[in-house]
Amino acid sequence: MAATTELNFFQVKKGLFSWIFSVDHKRVGLLYLYSIMAFFLVGVILGVLMRLELLNPGKDLMEAKTYNQVFTMHGVIMIFLFIIPSIPAVFGNFFLPIMLGTDDVAFPKLNLLSWWIYVVGALMALSTLLFGDGPADTGWTFYAPYSVRTGTNVTMSVLAAFVLGFANILTGLNFIVTIHRLRTPGMTFFKMPLFAWALYATSWIQLLATPIIGITLLMIVAERVLGVGLFDPSIGGDPILYQHLFWIYSHPAVYIMALPAFGIISELLPTFTHRTIFGYKAIAFSSLAIAFVGYFVWGHHMFTTGMSGAARIVFSIMTFLVAIPTAIKVFNWVATLYKGSIDVQPPLLYALGFIFQFMIGGLSGLVLGALASDVHLHDTYFVVGHFHYVMFGGTGFAFFGALHYWYPKIWGRMYNKTIANIAFVIFFIGFNTLYFPMLISGLMGMPRRYYDYLPEFHLPNMISTYGSWILATGLVLMLGNLIAGFFGPKPEIGRNYWGGITLEWQTLSPPPLQNFDKMPEIPKGGPYDFENNY
Amino acid sequence: MEHHSGLVLPNSGHNRDAEASKLGMWLFLFTEFLLFGGLFIVYMVYRMLNPEAFLTASYQLNVTLGAMNTVVLLVSSMTIAMSITAIQQGNSKRSIQLLVFTVAASLVFLVIKYFEWSAKIHHGLFPGMDVFNRLPHGEGLFFYLYFFMTGLHALHIIIGAIFIVVVIFRTKNGLLNADNYSHTENAGLYWHLVDMIWIYLFPLFYLIH
Repeated sequence: MAATTELNFFQVKKGLFSWIFSVDHKRVGLLYLYSIMAFFLVGVILGVLMRLELLNPGKDLMEAKTYNQVFTMHGVIMIFLFIIPSIPAVFGNFFLPIMLGTDDVAFPKLNLLSWWIYVVGALMALSTLLFGDGPADTGWTFYAPYSVRTGTNVTMSVLAAFVLGFANILTGLNFIVTIHRLRTPGMTFFKMPLFAWALYATSWIQLLATPIIGITLLMIVAERVLGVGLFDPSIGGDPILYQHLFWIYSHPAVYIMALPAFGIISELLPTFTHRTIFGYKAIAFSSLAIAFVGYFVWGHHMFTTGMSGAARIVFSIMTFLVAIPTAIKVFNWVATLYKGSIDVQPPLLYALGFIFQFMIGGLSGLVLGALASDVHLHDTYFVVGHFHYVMFGGTGFAFFGALHYWYPKIWGRMYNKTIANIAFVIFFIGFNTLYFPMLISGLMGMPRRYYDYLPEFHLPNMISTYGSWILATGLVLMLGNLIAGFFGPKPEIGRNYWGGITLEWQTLSPPPLQNFDKMPEIPKGGPYDFENNY
Repeated sequence: MEHHSGLVLPNSGHNRDAEASKLGMWLFLFTEFLLFGGLFIVYMVYRMLNPEAFLTASYQLNVTLGAMNTVVLLVSSMTIAMSITAIQQGNSKRSIQLLVFTVAASLVFLVIKYFEWSAKIHHGLFPGMDVFNRLPHGEGLFFYLYFFMTGLHALHIIIGAIFIVVVIFRTKNGLLNADNYSHTENAGLYWHLVDMIWIYLFPLFYLIH
């Protein structure tokens, strides 16, 4: 029988070139995984260095300018190289076609091209460390007029972000066409897994928002090169215009980072509660609603930079509207846990960690979305804390949850679950020790983006820095455990390690090149109908 | 791609799918519109802030040359649409002729653009040149945006022309024919986009008085 002799996609071809020129979506997904993880670790090291500098007031480790460059590099790497591509480019690439019951994305060559563009963009971003006048010191937002005037190598960083945008657009375009054209017969839109829905909404944002930042960044470059005042007021430009253009993209981009994570959580919960997801359609539509409303809230980044009162009130109200579809998701996830037969495994722990931390992140977001309180909290550590709770505590945890969830499927191996649980606990404690004090020091009034602070902020900063060490320990343990799983005798994984119901669990682990060794069967009664299928 | 077991999934990513390829092109066109959309916003903001300066500066542009280019692009859009009809009817030769005409039109457009640009540069109106630096800020912005937007548009003309040349060779080699012409259609879609953006650029820079 074919199934027993089937080669998996690792075995079909060997050698470096068979990877870096592969059009197989699974290999492209793994290429993304390895490169993204490498850049993530660079970003983590920069983050730990920043915390080290902030351990005590005054200068500990680096000059003010170096610190500015470090936080800019940390932001650029974490946002453009890690979190924006993370879940779609890795798990979307690998699992979207399998979950839809097809053998590849709609445009496999464009998919490979997107990885190459990503690598070129990443090398451009990192090249500022070695060449030119040093990496940018503007913050990842490249705010004009400083980004126009600073002597550091802003041009290259900005061009890198421009190039990276193309990689995102190609991934998004590929997913939309894949979802429209390649669903297996019988898989209607409302029989798709929720991860596919989340990627669908994400892809539309990638497609419709990314070009705006592309052209804005080109304008920054042109202004630096040609010296015409578009954004720099000293030569007649308007810096507020830059902020508008920047946030028209960068606010929706926050949902590019968050929506795929919502999709992951919607996959993890049914599998580990062995019951159907509560409110399938509500979750599916709320992704689209977030994507839509998310376009009209960019002004909440600019409450203190000189907009009319009416505009600020409108943006504030719109911001509160985003909370509705987001809360719909959270309520549905919690309701899914109710009366489920809960199986506590490492991926579920990450999902629960996500819900807990994302709640803190989301609610602190409402504090910032409210006009009156934002005036006080703007540009304080409260913003830093909020953002890391949403992005790292949210998307980052979902990413690692997904990694633990699909690990047996991707590699056909298994990590040590006890160590994975311990690593999660350390990671979770470290995360909250690191970021919760930031919310407090922000409320006390500590401004962000300085290498120094007043003595009264010493205690929360000290706790934060200790937290960064705990977090790093947890991270090393978690990754070490995952890597250790690659070695040693190969355990019997079978097709369906966790008892999941989506289509990827019907094929071999690892999957064969064409994804399925027999026709996938669509679950009767909906994508998460455990009752009729087990 | 090698397939090792006999199983071929019904909706494979390796099937030829004209609908998918057209859908992909449409999505890509959305991104192009938004790319220029950002520039249109900037144009609108600065036109509203400096209405008089923009008006004065716009008199410097040569409406005749701009109008000629508009006609050239509209005709080329027509010929590429005709070439798609030709290949649908199985007339590859006629399709190639019409595509060659389209490429020729794109060259005419670029030549006219070249003369327009060099006249401006000759007068020192390119950003950074003497005359440009002495202009009032609003007029400077006008010329800056003029060069930025028409330059980006010309870049799209060049890319579109290369795309069409590729389609010509593929049609010649018989890779594109009455059963498989989605590349021709995509080249047409892209060319219409280039045309359409010019339809907005022309009045914004040359005509509004």
